[in-house]
Amino acid sequence: MPEQFLWVAVFIVLGASISLLLIRDWRISLAILAFQYVGMFLLVSSHWPLGMATAKLITGWMAAAILGMTQSGSPNFPQQENSWPEGRAFRLFISALVLIAVVSFAPSLLTWLPGISLPVAYGGLILIGMGMLELGITVQPLRVTIGLLTVLCGFEILYASIENSILVAALLSVINLGLALVGAYLINADQPVQQTEEAE
Amino acid sequence: MSAPVIWLGIPAAAALILWAIRSERWTAIFGGSLALILSLLAIALPIDRAILFGNLSIRIAPVLEIFGRRFIISGSDQLILVLIYGIVAFWFFSAGVARIAHRLIPLGFIITSLLLGSLAVEPFLYAALLIEMAVLIAIPLLIPLDQRPGKGVIRFLIFQTLAMPFILMAGFLLSGVEASPSDVNLVIQAGLLLGLGFAFLLAIFPFYAWIPMICEEASPYAAGFVLMIFPTIGILFGLNFLDRYTFLRESRQLYEILRFIGIITFLTAGIWALFQRHSARLMGYASIMATGLSILAMSLPNSATSVGLVFLLIIPRALGLGVWSLALTTLKGTTNSLIFRDIQGKARSLPFASVAIIGAALSMAGMVPLAGFPVQYSLWRGVNEVSISMGFWFGIGALGLLVGALRTMATLVMSPKDTHWQSLESWAQRILLGLGIAGLILFGLFPQWSQIILASLPAVFERLGK
Repeated sequence: MPEQFLWVAVFIVLGASISLLLIRDWRISLAILAFQYVGMFLLVSSHWPLGMATAKLITGWMAAAILGMTQSGSPNFPQQENSWPEGRAFRLFISALVLIAVVSFAPSLLTWLPGISLPVAYGGLILIGMGMLELGITVQPLRVTIGLLTVLCGFEILYASIENSILVAALLSVINLGLALVGAYLINADQPVQQTEEAE
Repeated sequence: MSAPVIWLGIPAAAALILWAIRSERWTAIFGGSLALILSLLAIALPIDRAILFGNLSIRIAPVLEIFGRRFIISGSDQLILVLIYGIVAFWFFSAGVARIAHRLIPLGFIITSLLLGSLAVEPFLYAALLIEMAVLIAIPLLIPLDQRPGKGVIRFLIFQTLAMPFILMAGFLLSGVEASPSDVNLVIQAGLLLGLGFAFLLAIFPFYAWIPMICEEASPYAAGFVLMIFPTIGILFGLNFLDRYTFLRESRQLYEILRFIGIITFLTAGIWALFQRHSARLMGYASIMATGLSILAMSLPNSATSVGLVFLLIIPRALGLGVWSLALTTLKGTTNSLIFRDIQGKARSLPFASVAIIGAALSMAGMVPLAGFPVQYSLWRGVNEVSISMGFWFGIGALGLLVGALRTMATLVMSPKDTHWQSLESWAQRILLGLGIAGLILFGLFPQWSQIILASLPAVFERLGK
C-alpha cells in the first residue's frame, strides 16, 4: 500500500480518537468509533492480507453495533461525569500532550519493532494514548468500553506488524467482541432500577 | 481421550449444563462434586501411560491440538490440577449456602477452564488472550444485571485488559532476547513491558485500587473467588516465564525488583488494612498482601525454596479467602452493609460467621496457630536472611493486617451487656463455617500436610524447581 494512504489513515485515527474524547453524544461517538476502524483497517492492511484486515474492520463495526443497539434500547438519563476537570478545552489540551508524547516516542518504536513503518507506529501509538486518556477521565461503561476498544485497536495495529497468525487475529477479534458484549452488559446493569421498571 | 479434554473441555461443557439447573442447592452439589472428581482424577489418572481395565487398555494423551496450536497437560502438571480443582470444589460446595451457586459455578467453571488453559497452551503467549477472556467472563460474575456497576468493576476490567497487550508484546520481544541474549536494550524493553503486564495482571502496587472497591461493591463470595483464582494463576503464569527464560532466571536485578515490588505491595496494603472501617475492604487488602507474599517468595535467592513457598502460599490464601468471604456473605444477609458501624455486636447473633471472619483475618496476617502462620514464618525468615530492613517492613505490613483483624474483632463483639448469645446462621452455614475454621486451625497445627506438594515441584518447573 502506498505510504500516502497510511498517512491518510493516521489522520483518520487521530481525528477520530480526538473526536471520541470531545463528543459526548453516544450516537456520534459510536459512528466515530466505526470510522476509526476504517483507519485501523488501512494501517493493518499494510502488513496483513486484505481478507484478514477486513475481518478486523468488520469486528470493529460489529462491536460498535453491539454497543449502539444496547445504548439505543436503554432509557436515556443524564450522563454525569464525576471526574475533574471535565471541559472540552481540558480534553483538547491533554490530547495535545498525548500527541506530543506520541510524536517523540514513535521513531524509537521503529527500533523496538523491526519492519514497522512510521505511519503505522504513529497510528498505533495515537490510538493507545487517546484510549488511555479516555479511560483515565471516565467511569461510564459506554465510554470505558470505547476507551478499551480504542487502546486494543492501537495495540492491534502495532501487533499486526509482528504477528500475522490467523488464530491470534481470530482470538483478538473474539476479545474485541467480548469486550463489546461486556460493555453492553455493563450499560444494561447501569440503568437505574426504577427507569428499567418503567421501560418494562 | 486427552488430558486437556478432561480437565479443560469437560468443565467448560459442564458449565453450560449447570446453567440450566435452577436450584441453587443442586447446582452447588453437582458443581462441587464435578470439581472434586476432576481433582481426584488428577491424582488417580496417569497421563500418557497405559491404564488397564480388564482387557481394555486406554491411554490419556497429554496433547490436544486446535488450529495448529497445542494444549499440553502432562503428568508434571497434575499437581496444579489437583490444587486448583480441589480449591474450586471447596468454593463451589459452599456456593449454595452463599446463594450464588447459580451464577458462580457455571461462570467459575469457564473461568477455571480458561485460566488452566492459559497455563497449558503452546505457544504460551496465547495465555494472555485466554486470561483476558476469563476476565471478560468474570464481569457478570461480579456484577449481576440488577446491580449498578461501580468503579471497582470498571477498574478491574480496565487494568486486567491492559495487561494483555503488554504481555503479548513482551512475549514477542522475549523471543528476540532468546535469540540474542547479549542485546541489553532488548532485554530492558522486554523486561519493562513484562513488568507492566504483570503489574496489571497481578494487581500489584500501585495498580491494586480496584480490589478493595470490588470487595465493597460485589458479592463478597464472588469477589473472593475472583481474588483467589486470578492471582493464583497469574503467579503460576509468572513462574512459567521465569522457568522458560534463562536470562530472566539468572538476572540478579530481576530478583531485587521482585523483592522491592513484593514488599511495597505487602507493606502498603498492610498499612491501608490498618485504617479500614469496612470488613469486605479489609479482605481485599488481605488478598493484595497475599499476592505481595507470593512475589516476595518468588524473589528469594534459592529458586527451589522460593517455588515451594509460592505453592505453599496457595492453600492458606484460598482457605482464608474462602472462609472470610463465606462469613461475610452470611453477615451481609442480616445487615445493610459491612461497614463497622453496621456489623457492631454481630458476634452475639452470628457467632460462627464472626469467628470465621476473625480467624481468616488472623490467618492471613500470619498469626499462630492458623494456616497462614507456618509458610509466612518461613518466608519471613527467608526475607530476613536476604535483608534485615525488608524483614522489618514485612513485620510492619503483617502488623497492619493484624491490627485490622483485631479492630474487626472488637467491633463484632461490642454489644450491650444484656444482649443474649444466639446463632442465627442456618445449619449448613454453621457446618461449612465450622469446617473452614477447623481447616484454618488444622493447617496451622499440621503444616506437614501441605508439604506433600513440595515433592512434586521439581516435575512442575523443570528448571526452577531443582
